[in-house]
Amino acid sequence: MAVSSEDIQARLRPGGRKPWLHTAWDFSKRKPLGAIGAVMLVVFVLIAIFAPFIARNEPNFQFRQDRLESPSTDFWFGTDSLGRDIYSRVIYGARISMYVGVVATAAGTGIGLLLGLGSAYFGGAIDNLLQRLMDIMFSFPSLVLALALVAALGGSVNNVMIAIAVPLIPGTTRLVRSSGLAVKATPYMDAAIAIGSSPWRIVLRHMLPNSLAPFIVYATAFLGAAILIEASLSFLGLGVKPPAPSWGRDLSGEAVRYFEIAPWMAIFPGTAISLAVFGINLFGDALRDVLDPKLRGR
Amino acid sequence: MQKYLFRRVVFAVPTFIGAVTLVFLIMRVVPGDVTAAILGAQMDQEGAEEMVQQLRDKLGLDDPLHVQYGRWLWGALRLDFGRSLYTGEVIMDEIKARYPITLNLMIMVIVVSTAIAIPSGLVAALKQDSWVDYALRIVSIGALSIPNFFIATLIILGLLIYFNWFTPVEYAPLWEDPWLNFRQLIFPALATGFRLSALGTRMTRSSMLEVLREDYIRTARAKGLRNSVVMNRHGLKNAILPVITLIGLEVIALFGGIVIIETVFRIPGIGRLLVESIFNRDYSTVQALVFIFAGVVVVVNILVDMIYAWIDPRIKYS
Repeated sequence: MAVSSEDIQARLRPGGRKPWLHTAWDFSKRKPLGAIGAVMLVVFVLIAIFAPFIARNEPNFQFRQDRLESPSTDFWFGTDSLGRDIYSRVIYGARISMYVGVVATAAGTGIGLLLGLGSAYFGGAIDNLLQRLMDIMFSFPSLVLALALVAALGGSVNNVMIAIAVPLIPGTTRLVRSSGLAVKATPYMDAAIAIGSSPWRIVLRHMLPNSLAPFIVYATAFLGAAILIEASLSFLGLGVKPPAPSWGRDLSGEAVRYFEIAPWMAIFPGTAISLAVFGINLFGDALRDVLDPKLRGR
Repeated sequence: MQKYLFRRVVFAVPTFIGAVTLVFLIMRVVPGDVTAAILGAQMDQEGAEEMVQQLRDKLGLDDPLHVQYGRWLWGALRLDFGRSLYTGEVIMDEIKARYPITLNLMIMVIVVSTAIAIPSGLVAALKQDSWVDYALRIVSIGALSIPNFFIATLIILGLLIYFNWFTPVEYAPLWEDPWLNFRQLIFPALATGFRLSALGTRMTRSSMLEVLREDYIRTARAKGLRNSVVMNRHGLKNAILPVITLIGLEVIALFGGIVIIETVFRIPGIGRLLVESIFNRDYSTVQALVFIFAGVVVVVNILVDMIYAWIDPRIKYS
């Protein structure tokens, strides 16, 4: 990818980063699919935040006269077996999905970031101990570990978030550790130590910024995974408790029973999950191309 | 080689013990009293205290923690997990009865997903940046985005509406009735394999692209070999290596998928047993299954490393 001279000048200017809008524009020109993904993600976040204004009914209100109605102008996505408005439930469902997904990802990858930096900086016995610990956590498939945690803790929103966050820790730790170690081996690191930089400065000014690009790529991919795990737990009936509107749960149980006569009960929540994760994955994929120089042009 | 294998196995031992310990710890964080959780509604009945005490004795909950841990560890190492809290059956018997169908399903999933992944990955790499490449990329990102239970539900619905056909319920072992076995498992395998193939497609693609840039490919072309020979003998053969790692990764990623797909299609395998046991608050079975899943992952990782070392002589066994 050619770098223009203005580009370089912009970066050389004191405090010289390009305004973010410009960066966003560059990104969408280079990666149109990624930009579409980013827009989808933003739309879903906005839907989650402004759900009360976008939904047309209370998500739990039961229109007893209008059970299993097909999609119409009154009920855009139809109604379920209890007469609840599926459109409103899908809109409110974005709240749980986004909230659980974002918080769990932030927590899991945040802890992984700290452990990875610590592991890389200290090295030696601490590193060894942490990595063996990560090996152990790695030996549990993430959904199985999440299931075990939910089984043990019970299915409140917070516990579901813990169950989703914990399996994200080992992957993040490994990734951050390896990029931290790469930084540690560079001459500028020797220079930083030689001029007497404090450990904090070394970690925060050198290791962290250099680990950030792959970390962001990973965290984005994990956000999609987190939303899928939340949906899976809810689908199995082990996630957030009913009647809270949750995409995963809304497409299980009753939706499966009435599939033949009211397929919209399953199709709309399922499509919502798929679109949200698709947007995140499109964005994450483009982000990886842009941020990871090794993969550029692949 | 033998030294390498030996080291690899020895290094897995602490991981294995760690996994046993972690399962023990997770199951001990059950908030409140496990017995209360197991007994549930029965807690309000008369004689509840007696039942609690009986259960505590049965589970050995009054023993000191290290005694409980020792008992669990010793049991786990011999694959003896005691009896189910719910059915009272020996847990290992239940698992033995159910694992063949899960294994059967997993093998089919891997065959399906590899059969999709390798050709599409190769096509994407050979036609890099063409419309085929972009289309495959969007399809694979899409496949990774659709939850497998949604695909499964759509498949069941599609079969029902358009063909008025249910997947057969009774499980028939492969060697008894291969055709019935195939009909039972092909749709669950497709639902899971489609999703899994996305990972494989992308990995095959980037691996092939990497190989195509190697010097020996240029040399092969320079000496005038036919394109097909360059691709098959030099390209594919080297690009296939990471795919072995991939199959290993798939097996691990699959466990999550198996749990879901067995529940949706009502396949009586060990994935469904895990979900059922969680609902029945059968903590001893949950504990056993989670441990077995982790144990299989450790073993699969060792196997992948072994196959890798065996196939690729360039690997230095450091």
